[in-house]
Amino acid sequence: MLHRYPKRVAIIMLVLLAIVATFPLWGPTLFGSQSDFILEKLTLMVILALFAMSLDLLVGVIGLVSLGHALFFGLGAYTLALASPEFDAASLWWMLPLVMLVAAVAALVVGLLVIRTKGIFFIMTTLAFGQMLYYLISTAPFAGGTDGVFIMFRPSVTAGESVLLDLDNPQTFFYLCLGMLVAGFLFLRWLTRSYFGQVLDGIHDNEHRMQALGYATGGYKLVAFVISGVLAAVAGMLAAMQYGFANPAQLGWHTSGEVLMMLILGGMGTIFGPILGAFAYEILLYVYEHLTVHWPILMGLTIIAAVLVLPRGIAGLIIAPPGKAELMKSPWLRRLGRNRPPADIPVKPAVPNKEG
Amino acid sequence: MDLAFFGVQLLNGLQYGLLLFLIASGLTLIFGIMGIINLAHGAMYMIGAYLVYDLTLRLGNFWLAIAVAIPIAVVLGLIIERLFLDTLYKRDHLYQVLLTFGLILVINEAQRIIWGGDVHSVAVPAPFDASLQLTDNLQYSVYRLFVMGVCLALAGVIYWVIRHTRLGIIIRAGAVNRDMVEGLGINVRTLFTLIFSVGVALTAFAGMIAAPLTSITPGMGDSILITCFVVVVIGGIGSIKGAFWGAILIGMAETFGSVLIPSIASMVIYLIMAAVLLVKPRGLFA
Repeated sequence: MLHRYPKRVAIIMLVLLAIVATFPLWGPTLFGSQSDFILEKLTLMVILALFAMSLDLLVGVIGLVSLGHALFFGLGAYTLALASPEFDAASLWWMLPLVMLVAAVAALVVGLLVIRTKGIFFIMTTLAFGQMLYYLISTAPFAGGTDGVFIMFRPSVTAGESVLLDLDNPQTFFYLCLGMLVAGFLFLRWLTRSYFGQVLDGIHDNEHRMQALGYATGGYKLVAFVISGVLAAVAGMLAAMQYGFANPAQLGWHTSGEVLMMLILGGMGTIFGPILGAFAYEILLYVYEHLTVHWPILMGLTIIAAVLVLPRGIAGLIIAPPGKAELMKSPWLRRLGRNRPPADIPVKPAVPNKEG
Repeated sequence: MDLAFFGVQLLNGLQYGLLLFLIASGLTLIFGIMGIINLAHGAMYMIGAYLVYDLTLRLGNFWLAIAVAIPIAVVLGLIIERLFLDTLYKRDHLYQVLLTFGLILVINEAQRIIWGGDVHSVAVPAPFDASLQLTDNLQYSVYRLFVMGVCLALAGVIYWVIRHTRLGIIIRAGAVNRDMVEGLGINVRTLFTLIFSVGVALTAFAGMIAAPLTSITPGMGDSILITCFVVVVIGGIGSIKGAFWGAILIGMAETFGSVLIPSIASMVIYLIMAAVLLVKPRGLFA
């Protein structure tokens, strides 16, 4: 975990934030009638960025690879869909706490089981629990089966009688999502730099040593798991508001895989990286979908290439721009030239044959 | 539920469990020895089924199709291991998950390009295309019995290789301490390639012999992969014995679950997994 970013990170992120935040001002003049569509896409990217960022707390900061994070994303979506009155708008004032509470309870229950496992076990069990909820929801009679549940009205934000925010207005909704993303980022930055975050760092580096020092590492991991789940559920709730429905696909493990892709594309363990990753992933997706109906092949090859050549993601490029030496650290590129010993290491003499 | 019906379900559960074992044993071997989590394992099951469908149409004979499809599956496994996994052994599980997830996308889409999105089936091959008459209105497919026999025989072969051969000693030692095995002068690279190809061949073979029993659909590998993860978690990662008993347990649970309590049948195996995790977080046989 990186606690001090180079200054260019802050500059780049602030410039990007300014560009995205002012889109409603310059979008219509630049893109004309297309700008409504682009604003919709931007809103989705902002929501997915929050989702990816929540996963970074587990994967990047603690080193727990979860392949079931869509569980909480979908749970947020379904909580909104099922708790909303059918012919009226729910109030965001109680919907948001409700979503967070449901997610916290679910994360606590799942967390108590999966925190006991490590490494590959953790991957498999998170995946399995994610699928469990997926099957529960897609076969449950109250949740609309594989069609999902439609949300007729976006929640309202009112104070007394007056409407504070009209979320049916795409721009207002966009700014709400952007505000949530910024708040989530600042919260996670604060959390990872706090005492709590330092302990998580220690667990990432050497959990046994932290236990020997007297830290109940399980408790720390569980709290982080719950926080991460709650943030993902908020993102899921926003996504359901954006789409106008909750669907089992939002719970499925392909969604969990996709958010991991965003994480690796953006660069994990940096909190700001996943934001870039979510934007990059969605832009790539858009481009690939327009190139060919067989876009998953391109996406699959992209992710394979990212793992092999760019394991630290876009954030890695920003924090430490690659020189030649850095590039050669890529395991695959190194492999291509592995038969040639590096010039600075003397060639070892041949080991004498056992029989000889 | 009368006795004959119960017996049929018991046989179905056993047959399904044995099939799961073939897939899960590859998964658990690859993890236990190589330390690799291979999400593309299920995709190879699907490829096995589609290969046999395609080759049966071309060659006109199911058995010939299997004979041709197995070497193809082994070569596919070799290519994947040499090209991609070779770089991942020393790296975090996250990269293995992502790379093999990328492979799933590529393999699933390649399947769509080659064979399209339709559902296919393969006829039950002679001489097993008969049924046994159990009672007046209950029959049991001979082919299912044959599949059971083949799976049991393969399980026996795997057990014999691991228990009683030199290769088996190396595999067991490798699962305990890979570095030590390498230090003793065993070529671990070759061993890894062998294990991965065998694992892929086992799961593809499971897909091939299951082809006449199931409908061949895109994405059929994804659901079986997750079921096999549950099997491996219950049995204990790296344990062949655990994979065997876990597979039988899950096969039975899923078969009887869908007959007795259809409303929550899809959840049963996960509930079992949660219960096992509560009692033994490292699996029953680890």
